[in-house]
Amino acid sequence: MTKVLDIPKVNAKNMTEKEFFYGHKACAGCGGSIAVRLALKVLGERTYSALPAGCMSAVGFIYPQMAFNSNAIITTFPGSASMAAGIAAGAKALGQKDFKTVVFAGDGGTADIGFQALSGMIDRNDDVLYICYDNEAYMNTGIQKSGLTPYGTKTTTTPAGQNIPGTVTHKKNLFEIIAAHDIAYAATASIGYPQDFINKVNKAKHVKGATFIHVYASCPTGWGTPTETSVEIAKDAVDAGLIFLAEYEDGEYKLNRNPKEFKSVEEYLKKQGRFKHMSDADIQCVIENRDKKWERMRKNWL
Amino acid sequence: MKSNKIFISGDEAVAQGVRLSRPHVVAAYPITPQTITVERLSEMVEAGEMDAEYMHVESEHSAISATMGASAVGARTFTASSSQGLLYMAEGLHYCSGGRWPVVMMNANRSVALPWSIYGDQRDSLSLLDSGWIQVYVEDAQEALDMIIQAYKIAEHKEVLTPMMVNLDGFILTHTYELVEIPDQEMVDQFLPPFETPNKMSFENPKNLGFSSRPDDNTEFKYQQNEAMFNAIDVIRKTDEDFADTFGRKYHGMVEEYMCEDADVVLVALGSVCGTVRVVVDKLRAEGKKVGLLKIRYMRPFPVEEVKDLARRVKAIGVIDKDISFGYEGTVYTNVNSAISQIDKYVYKSNFVGGLGGRDITKAEIEDMYNKLYAGLENKSEETVEFFSLNVEGND
Repeated sequence: MTKVLDIPKVNAKNMTEKEFFYGHKACAGCGGSIAVRLALKVLGERTYSALPAGCMSAVGFIYPQMAFNSNAIITTFPGSASMAAGIAAGAKALGQKDFKTVVFAGDGGTADIGFQALSGMIDRNDDVLYICYDNEAYMNTGIQKSGLTPYGTKTTTTPAGQNIPGTVTHKKNLFEIIAAHDIAYAATASIGYPQDFINKVNKAKHVKGATFIHVYASCPTGWGTPTETSVEIAKDAVDAGLIFLAEYEDGEYKLNRNPKEFKSVEEYLKKQGRFKHMSDADIQCVIENRDKKWERMRKNWL
Repeated sequence: MKSNKIFISGDEAVAQGVRLSRPHVVAAYPITPQTITVERLSEMVEAGEMDAEYMHVESEHSAISATMGASAVGARTFTASSSQGLLYMAEGLHYCSGGRWPVVMMNANRSVALPWSIYGDQRDSLSLLDSGWIQVYVEDAQEALDMIIQAYKIAEHKEVLTPMMVNLDGFILTHTYELVEIPDQEMVDQFLPPFETPNKMSFENPKNLGFSSRPDDNTEFKYQQNEAMFNAIDVIRKTDEDFADTFGRKYHGMVEEYMCEDADVVLVALGSVCGTVRVVVDKLRAEGKKVGLLKIRYMRPFPVEEVKDLARRVKAIGVIDKDISFGYEGTVYTNVNSAISQIDKYVYKSNFVGGLGGRDITKAEIEDMYNKLYAGLENKSEETVEFFSLNVEGND
């Protein structure tokens, strides 16, 4: 694997002015589109992007208005990882060199319907960077619960009422499930910490084989938040300890950020329409789950 | 021409055809009775006889997704499946034809659960007639090999750019050994040039593919796809003629007529059962009966002109269906009947449904079909649809 030190740094100062995802129809304040835009700037022109059904494909590929200035394709919903793997294999067989194939898939497209293909892609170590932009529900179809929807969330399929307090399950532990494949490189990120995300995409770009980044990407439409607070709220999620920044590399976990104190979970939740209904007991449940997870991460990953 | 015959199964013949066609990417998931094909292909890659990326995909859905991805950058691709696996690909089949990616697939025709059966009938592929794939049905291992090579030439033709499925009957063809002529690689290379397509992503000319269309455009995309399928008819005929010129074997394009020139009564069938029908035709001809066989090779595009032409000349047509569209009739019959209805003439018609889940269709049964056609013709009967040789009471 290329040593991290050898990789030229990418930051706001030296990043390309070129736009590769431009003129799309995403909602104002869309976190997913920020993730795609930044990642493509890091990956550059010689990139094949593969996107399953989901927000980014729905807003980017409406014929004849194409929003990707580099090669891009909508994949089958369950087959984004395998279609991307086919692109990488086909391009390799045709003798193409120095290119990257990247998937941009949502949380449902990754942790639910696309999971089998993703697992196969990592198992085969196909030369694909898979980026999951996680806005915590099926937003494109109108805010339905996915396997990455967190506890308590009100969605259109998990209404909060007298009997059920919205979503009753916790997020799947996607990062560790991916790492359990012993993947060469995996990371979590948030659009609230863009430089960290850029660094991780840059690192994955230089790894040959399967890599994975799980990036937290806010959704004002689905979350019930003001459009101008998207980046801030994605930062809050990390600062409150509900989203963690970590890497898995060479068989080792690494916590990138280990705050001494967490910001208030309640404040983070109460800013968002999707959590407004949550009782004190529900919030306590979220905090307990967070603390249990951090105790384990600090014990094993530091 | 020097002969190079080897004794191989239908599955192995397919693998030989694939090797000779030089695909860049092979992606397949194992399912009986297709497995021997993908095993042989992996051995060929291992031995260096084939310079392809062999992808061990984790499902048929990924097999079709991966081949589409590879095709979308201009690579020649192959996949193979059967039965449940083909149905698991169903989303991808429509996707692939809509994307105009000329993926070539071998389908080992097998029954569809429930009840489970690994044995042959044609319910799997016939239930996907509307998925926009060119579908050809072969009669023996040689035709299987030859049709893989032809399939690439047809599917990749710039006026066609449509994926193609080569169907061979599970076990009866996939696992039966025959002497098969292996064409010379140089001659295949001459017949089948490398794949060139404008419909691909590249760094010289970046494209966004697999896009959405608005209601304003969607019908036009589907119209063009349908036109491409019709374009395939001429390409199929021409490709078969060119193939005959190069390799000396001819399959007669869309259909093959056997003893139909002066026939009164004709059976229509697909695939391996045609071999048995030929034997029965020979027997009945020796007895002085004017019978014939129409072997339908292509179910999509459908040989409308050929069926109409036959119907104008004969008095009775029976269709053998190794499938059933529940609540109606056999799918081959529906298609044949639709073509016959376009001519202004009484033809006695009958549909014989059977051979499901691997049950043999015997010479005696086929002879009985011809007799029934003669009887129906004599009585000027209405058309009939029957399950033949049924072991339970029929509901007449």
